[in-house]
Amino acid sequence: MTSNAVRIGAEPGTVARRTILIVVGVVFAIPIISMLEFTFRDGLGGGYTLEHWGALVDPEQNSKYRQLFRAVQNSFVLAAVTVAIVLFLLLPTMILVHLQFPKLRRVLEFICIIPITVPAIVLVVGLAPVYGVVVGIFGSSVWTLAFAYGITVLPYAYRAIQASISAVDMITLSEAARSLGAGWLNVLWRVLLPNLRRGILAASLISVAVVLGEYTIASLLNRQNLQTALVQVSKSDPYGAVIFALLALAFVFILLLLIGRVGSTRPGRKTT
Amino acid sequence: MTVANAPDLTSGDAEASGPRRRPSVGPVRRRRGLTKYLGLTPFALYVVLFLAVPTLIALGTGFFDGDGAFTFDNITALADPVILATFASSFWVSALTAIVGAVIGALVCYAMLGAKPDGPTRSFTSSASSVLAQFGGVMLAFAFIATIGIQGLVTILLKDLFGFDIFANGVWLYQVPGLLLPYIYFQVPLMIITFMPALEGLKPQWAEAAATLGGTRWTYWTRIAAPVLAPSFLGSLLLLFANAFSSYATAAALISQGAQIVPLQIRAALISETVLGRANLAGALALGMIIVMVVVMTAYSFLQARTARWQR
Repeated sequence: MTSNAVRIGAEPGTVARRTILIVVGVVFAIPIISMLEFTFRDGLGGGYTLEHWGALVDPEQNSKYRQLFRAVQNSFVLAAVTVAIVLFLLLPTMILVHLQFPKLRRVLEFICIIPITVPAIVLVVGLAPVYGVVVGIFGSSVWTLAFAYGITVLPYAYRAIQASISAVDMITLSEAARSLGAGWLNVLWRVLLPNLRRGILAASLISVAVVLGEYTIASLLNRQNLQTALVQVSKSDPYGAVIFALLALAFVFILLLLIGRVGSTRPGRKTT
Repeated sequence: MTVANAPDLTSGDAEASGPRRRPSVGPVRRRRGLTKYLGLTPFALYVVLFLAVPTLIALGTGFFDGDGAFTFDNITALADPVILATFASSFWVSALTAIVGAVIGALVCYAMLGAKPDGPTRSFTSSASSVLAQFGGVMLAFAFIATIGIQGLVTILLKDLFGFDIFANGVWLYQVPGLLLPYIYFQVPLMIITFMPALEGLKPQWAEAAATLGGTRWTYWTRIAAPVLAPSFLGSLLLLFANAFSSYATAAALISQGAQIVPLQIRAALISETVLGRANLAGALALGMIIVMVVVMTAYSFLQARTARWQR
């Protein structure tokens, strides 16, 4: 079948395919390799050293990275609160709208896609006064930034959950469960959520990834997260900053690989 | 588009709570219907507070001066040569990187058609693409400083091996031209993510039918695939443009001083409050940006709707 597709021209031949993928792959690997090479450099004099990576685990030099470690902590707190917003605000609303307000589905979709049109750099202009109020109510701890991040992740989380919702006939499922005497909580907890878990997991992971990479809002609202700390630290200790950047990229890459796994392994549809 | 969002939401809610959709629901369902309507309020409130209000403030502040009096000063400032120049550089950087990114990205998508859908090539490429397209930001700036910075790996290799100095005419990495390579670096992956589904939507039967009728590879791609893919390709191109146009982190990390593109101009306006001697200029810039984004994204969703016709 594949060779047939190649013969009639629907798919590229092996040579063409490999050439394109290898050339683009190599070009795209260069900046990452350069970052890696940079972390082993011994100052400007040339030569290589493991010192910068060693400092990461060396308790005596740990103070150098203290700001970064705290920023990583901040970012994880933000990621957790953002995921909570997705799970406790967006998810129930999506289920509710799907089951009870079909007319609002398009409205909800439209709302969730708005953050693509209103980029963070625009949103932050209006968020500054809003955060004036937020700080008055919740104080100025870092986690409050998650309110803004909940909006930023909306398109990604929506798409992930919606993919799951469309794949399952939720209305029939919930009506079947209801007719068997299940209460709404039971329906939600034992019927709907298990069926949506792939989408929920994907939405959570992608939210974590987005939050870990966020810079615009944090920097312009003067909060410290991983990315703003990276920029600050890079001015005094570029090696540490690049090491953390590489680790963050690798971490997010693994997260997304997990999402891919979650999405691609489909079980038999015996439940429906 | 965004301004219409808040009224849309409330009118939509009111509509749903009004006339019943299904005539069969009894009194028990009606009471529950009201509770369910209440169930929408937390999310609605959240979206109003953190999406609608900030957007409206961002768009509205441009119409007021520092003392809160209504003014068109900031809006007319958009016509200032300095501001127009930043919009122009934003435009050409976005357009150029979008076109280059779209062409390279489409080629990669084409190459991936041959790979197994669940195979390692696909899953590696799609994960790597997502990382670079959406979460790179600051880190991409680091990557390019390490690559083609003054002490960058490639800079030094080119100088040592070929005697070629990429900065012979001055260091351009921390200027607008320096944005091009990092931007292309996140545009190509975004193209792969957005364009791949369209290419996968090409049915093998079409190619078979074309071959049966005596068509060549060339006629298949120009007469069948190209027209089917055109809306999706243009749509992706627009999305890439919007992506570059609104991107801030990479530029901010690379260009620490100056305001060569619109997002950086907003940064300058937010930090100093007195760019061009005008308060609230950030609001006017945000308004200008939103107008561009709304036009581009509306065209995008129109093209997206045309694309959907051929998928599934």
